[in-house]
Amino acid sequence: MTADNFNKNDEVNSSESEIFIESEDSADDQAKQKNAVVTNNLTVYFNKRSAIEDVNVKIKKNSVTAVIGPSGCGKSTFLRSLNMMHEMTPSAKVFGEIYINGESIMNFNMVDLRKKVGMVFQKPNPFPTMSIFDNVAAGFKLNGSAGKNDLNEIVEKNLINAGLWDEVKDRLKSPAVSLSGGQQQRLCIARTIAVNPEIVLLDEPTSALDPVSSSKIEELLYNLKSEYTIIIVTHNMQQAARVSDQTAFFYLGKLIEISRTRKMFTNPKEKLTEEYITGKFG
Amino acid sequence: MTAEKIFKNPKNLKRRKFINSLMILLCFIAAVLTILPLLYIFIYTTQSGITALNIDFFTQLPKPVGEEGGGMANAIVGSGILICLGGLIGIPIGIMSGIYIAEYSKSFLAGAIKFTTDVLSGVPSIVVGIFAYGVVVLSMQSFSAIAGGFALGILMIPTVTKITEEMLRLVPHSLREASLALGVSRWKTTVKVVLKTASSGIITGILLAIARAAGETAPLLFTAFGNSFWQTSIDQPIAALPLQIFVYAISPYEDWHRQAWAGAFVLIFMVFIVNFLVRYVTRNKFG
Repeated sequence: MTADNFNKNDEVNSSESEIFIESEDSADDQAKQKNAVVTNNLTVYFNKRSAIEDVNVKIKKNSVTAVIGPSGCGKSTFLRSLNMMHEMTPSAKVFGEIYINGESIMNFNMVDLRKKVGMVFQKPNPFPTMSIFDNVAAGFKLNGSAGKNDLNEIVEKNLINAGLWDEVKDRLKSPAVSLSGGQQQRLCIARTIAVNPEIVLLDEPTSALDPVSSSKIEELLYNLKSEYTIIIVTHNMQQAARVSDQTAFFYLGKLIEISRTRKMFTNPKEKLTEEYITGKFG
Repeated sequence: MTAEKIFKNPKNLKRRKFINSLMILLCFIAAVLTILPLLYIFIYTTQSGITALNIDFFTQLPKPVGEEGGGMANAIVGSGILICLGGLIGIPIGIMSGIYIAEYSKSFLAGAIKFTTDVLSGVPSIVVGIFAYGVVVLSMQSFSAIAGGFALGILMIPTVTKITEEMLRLVPHSLREASLALGVSRWKTTVKVVLKTASSGIITGILLAIARAAGETAPLLFTAFGNSFWQTSIDQPIAALPLQIFVYAISPYEDWHRQAWAGAFVLIFMVFIVNFLVRYVTRNKFG
């Protein structure tokens, strides 16, 4: 399976994989249904060099998963492969299987997949030509489905959920770039959850923010857990320990360990994990 | 030589300071030399042109030799028509090829288009005129506004393409990702996010291309051809401001010379207005 034929083979794949799922043993099938994200031997190549290799994870619905590891270990690559963001890089090739809520992502086209799997990026990236209101409604406006929905209600609800409503309710029409960095990042989170995804991916969402803004976002993640499945890449070990239910540790493109956060930080299975967490390298 | 030594050696320091001031002075002189010709052109055209400028100039047709008065109304309207036709051809093609190069290119073809655009922007405008003559005039069996517009359009393409490409490349990658991650398709992302973010820069490019096309004379000589009468149908020869200036300026009549100056003044004034418009548009967004 290469990145290129994700789309082209949509129809063929859907009929094939239905048969495929039926023929599988029921235990495995159930596991896929219960988990928001399952990957089987996920491998991503950039220009024939592998960025991640044979990653197998199971991520439960409504949980927070932290992904840690030193720079260049494949954390972001892993995250971006879950909503096919690697499509932006022409040299990327993806092998292995990814299931979102039990369904192989080969059954989706990219647009539908990304509606289900939203993403928040490292640097806050509100649309500079749009107001605060329009940014939150961007998913609807850009897709041309604005007319069918009550945007006022959607914007208010999601700004409240993102903990930004009280700060911006009096100036919804002002440009989004007039907000502070931390506010912009919460705006981006509001924009992401406004389209009602099932899974929210966050790629180091607080690394460009000050501690106060960071803690606001951490708090927010805790509240969002009840509605969404959250996967967060972070360089901040304390953050991982604070916000996540389970933690995945990547090193040199391999998933070294994935286990419950409390266990990971007190009694890791692997020696490498322990060394990284205690700051011996990385 | 280390910094310490430089400071301890006053002679050396003096020499360096002198060279520094000399270079700054040279740069300053160069900057003044850039402004001077423009200033001189503007003042001289204004002085010579403004005396012949009156309401008639904008409302009357050219009068035959010997008769006083008359204007260039047909040429002003003709220039407008030619620029519109040129824009209709040049702007969409320019913008779309710019989008292709900046957004969808990873291939040999994009490199080839880029190279071609660069070469095209260096092609003398009279050559473009000959090309338009060969393609449009010969096949239509007549000089026409269409042929003139075609030539101007081709001249506008490289400017618009280049600016579009550059402006789209300035749009941060993160905005494209933000839009795509919301489940917005690639095409909608390009149009509604990338193009919109870059729009003020692209408008600048379009206005500059228009300003350049407005002053082109050579490619119109054997395409639009010129006309001393009212002509608004686009399959007929049509008057244009630069053409009229050219014809009047090389004539032996004093009266026509003054009219040519007035035409030049109007043309420069129009280009100035466009430039100020550009400043206004860009300042509005990035200021």
